[in-house]
Amino acid sequence: MLTVQFLLLGAVLFCIGVYGVLARKNAVMVLMSIELILNSVNLNLLAFSQRLDSIDGNTFALYVIAIAAAEVGVGLAMVLLIYRNRRSISLDELSDMKG
Amino acid sequence: MLAADLLVAQNIGFGVIALLMIVGALRVVTVNNVVHAALWLVVVLSGAAAQYLLLSAEFVAITQVLVYVGAVMVLFLFGTMLTRAKIGAEADLNNKNWAIGVPVALLMLGVMTWVLIDGFGDEKLPNPDQQVPVQALSDDIFGPYLLPFWALSFVLLVAVIGAIVLARKD
Repeated sequence: MLTVQFLLLGAVLFCIGVYGVLARKNAVMVLMSIELILNSVNLNLLAFSQRLDSIDGNTFALYVIAIAAAEVGVGLAMVLLIYRNRRSISLDELSDMKG
Repeated sequence: MLAADLLVAQNIGFGVIALLMIVGALRVVTVNNVVHAALWLVVVLSGAAAQYLLLSAEFVAITQVLVYVGAVMVLFLFGTMLTRAKIGAEADLNNKNWAIGVPVALLMLGVMTWVLIDGFGDEKLPNPDQQVPVQALSDDIFGPYLLPFWALSFVLLVAVIGAIVLARKD
């Protein structure tokens, strides 16, 4: 197997995730796109872990998974709070901070 | 089985799973139904776990299935159901200027593809004959990376308390 094939798969997933973050209006969908981005990063970490014959990449990937779980928990709690206050989770209606 | 045959099998497995993951990811960002998007995300996350196995990281693959496919997906489905009454398809899940995302993503993909192919070309990955042993992984986590592990536990604790405080009805 080539190194570049895993890195390219990670790049494709990353770009799809970036498109999702930019294009989606629903806050839950934006969180899903962020999960795509984090997974592409994990793919890169593990590919380099095998390429360098080092175990550190696996450790980092585990840490990234744990941080992603915490991020989703807090993010969904915030989405729930926004929904409770405004009856909507459309991100383009959250423009109160615009000058 | 010969080593060369095994490599061919690994490459075919990689191709099939990668195709499935890319189709799933595209469906996640294009489909008009939040629950369907969550289920397509399951396809992508499970495919990622399979790729981790190909990269001989079996503990990370198992953790991926437990944490992502198990816990995070349930959170997403809960979030979907708590924030909207209807589960069916909706017309307006996209921003009104969503089309800007397409050139941005394509530009990034082009630059990254060029850099990666230029940098790594046809360099081959080493092909170890065993998965990463869990004992070595735990020695790494509880040895040189103990302080980040500690900080991570604190972050998780804060996240749990914060989520409860935010989402509590009072």
